[in-house]
Amino acid sequence: MHDENSLIKFTGASKYVLDEELAKIVNISMALEMPLLLKGEPGTGKTMLAYAIAEALDMPLIVLNVKSSMKLVDALYQYDTLTRLNDSRFGDSKRDVSNIEDYIRMGKIGQSFVSDIRVVLLIDEIDKADTDFQDDMLDVLDQMSFDIIEIDKTVKARNRPVVVITSNAKKDLSDPFLGRCNFHHIAFPDPDMMRNIVSVHFPEISRDLLENSIRAFYRLRDFRGVEKKPATRELINWIRALKADPDFKVKDLTKGEVPYLGVLFKKSPDYTVAQAAVSRSRL
Amino acid sequence: MFTEFFYTLRKVGVPVTPTSFLRLQKALSLGIINSVEDFYTAARSILVKSERYFDLYDQVFAHHFKGVELKDPTEVELTEVARAMLEEWLKDPEGLAQALGVDEKEISKLSPEELIQYFLDRLKEQTEAHHGGSKWIGTHGTSPVGHSGYHPGGMRVGGASRNKSAVKVALDRRYKDYSQEGPLTPGQMGEALKRLRHMVPVGPKDQVNIDKTIYQTMKNAGEIEIVFDRSLKDRLKVVLAIDNGGWSMDPYIEMVQTLFNYSRAQFKDLKTFFFHNTIYDNLWEDPPRRYKPFPVNDLVRLDPETRFIILGDASMAPYELMATDGSIHIEERTNKPSYERLKFISATFRYALWINPKLEIEWPYTRTVQMIRDIFPMYELTLDGLEKAVKFMMTKN
Repeated sequence: MHDENSLIKFTGASKYVLDEELAKIVNISMALEMPLLLKGEPGTGKTMLAYAIAEALDMPLIVLNVKSSMKLVDALYQYDTLTRLNDSRFGDSKRDVSNIEDYIRMGKIGQSFVSDIRVVLLIDEIDKADTDFQDDMLDVLDQMSFDIIEIDKTVKARNRPVVVITSNAKKDLSDPFLGRCNFHHIAFPDPDMMRNIVSVHFPEISRDLLENSIRAFYRLRDFRGVEKKPATRELINWIRALKADPDFKVKDLTKGEVPYLGVLFKKSPDYTVAQAAVSRSRL
Repeated sequence: MFTEFFYTLRKVGVPVTPTSFLRLQKALSLGIINSVEDFYTAARSILVKSERYFDLYDQVFAHHFKGVELKDPTEVELTEVARAMLEEWLKDPEGLAQALGVDEKEISKLSPEELIQYFLDRLKEQTEAHHGGSKWIGTHGTSPVGHSGYHPGGMRVGGASRNKSAVKVALDRRYKDYSQEGPLTPGQMGEALKRLRHMVPVGPKDQVNIDKTIYQTMKNAGEIEIVFDRSLKDRLKVVLAIDNGGWSMDPYIEMVQTLFNYSRAQFKDLKTFFFHNTIYDNLWEDPPRRYKPFPVNDLVRLDPETRFIILGDASMAPYELMATDGSIHIEERTNKPSYERLKFISATFRYALWINPKLEIEWPYTRTVQMIRDIFPMYELTLDGLEKAVKFMMTKN
């Protein structure tokens, strides 16, 4: 089984610039059949990695967006009692009311288990849920099976999904949880890496614009008192905006001007701070 | 294999488990680890579960595979401080020379290495005296020396370069910023506060209660009646009283602001008051403490379940706390000492506590901190302290 797994190797996808270190970690997690837990500040490409893995390995991607009110069972399956109640009252559906299984719907984790082909399961922003959810979920992912209590049936994973879990929090998840995951912290890309990332998104970008926009971007990130620093996503949108503007000249950036500040700073207090800082630094 | 590596990690305090170590062995036996670089990444992702320990891991890795000396923290700290001093020296030679009480010309003859050694020696002599002292000489200050700083005279130049050997990367200690000593960031604060929740059913009835629905339907002899419930919402009431006066709180302004901003985002029902040093007859609703007084006696009208958080350094002259008319503001006259007022607050709210931006190890040196600790449970304004505070506020009875 392991041989078969190690044959599939992740080497990157068309729109994702892969850190060599990260590629190794992805491959090791796949070989060890362990979930990969990714932490890092927003905009470091945690979620994108799962999309990239799915694309590279040519597997479908199932995304479970964790919400704070979510219970584990919601992610596994749902027992649609109301429909059953309705059917039992009116009896005009094709479903068999005495067969509870007809009213069981698979949640995202359930779907990844019953899928006929191997899938990538992305569990996004796990830290939003409470600790119980996290621990119970890891039990399920560990055993690759769960029980449907209502019909006393065990659902086993037909193909072990590749599990990627992301967390925004700077805080630790519980110890048992961490014990069962491989861990990686994605640092914010350095300017060199960022140059690669931007080039992937804008293959035809001019060197001038690339250099100057990245330089301006890192300068803007250093502003003090900003609550949400602009991340990769903002940079890419910003460059898109700059390119779309016919009046924009790269020279403006070198002069210290920063057009479309609102693309980079999305919170109004941040915007004010950044605007003040920009006008101060203008030559 | 690598058992010693494992135990060294444990010894320096990285929480590695035997299970994860076995898993590493498994990874090795799978043949997917073919170089030291592979081993570095694999072992880190398998053994180390938090970026806070990445720095320690790097140190141990460098130690184990390169024989780099493991430094005990004080020495590391000292080096760091010495570097900071060098930095300071480059900016303002005269000032530093004066502060150290030596001749500027004497020092300027030394090479950077000698200079650092010189600073180190001085520091070792002086650790006692200057502990927690002024910015660059004390060990509790924040060192201005970053990782990618440039040090003249042949010192290490940090910064990322690709294709380094794993040992070199480890030597770099790239993850130093994330290690536990790091300062409290807004994100961490929000995370610590997030657990402060008090769920009660409110709002429209929009959640189907299955059990009741079935029961009602049966009672109606099969005629379906769907029963709705209100959903659970967070209804925690929080009062935050902030010491915003006086120079003694100045160093903490930024940290307190962060906490304040995050609690404002976090709690729907948040009241903020201000005071200077300690609480007398009035709290103030406006930061300048002038226009909107709020009588402390009126606090009884608030829900006793309110979490009452006082944020201040609790450092003042003892009379300010103990004497009637203790306030340093002449217009603030009262017949009750602040000590009694604080006791009143603690009696009114079961979940009243004090958060102190000063570190716990500094507390015993201030009398008033001790006295206030007799009234309120006190926690330091760090991730750990906040967590403990939240735990206290969420205890039932």
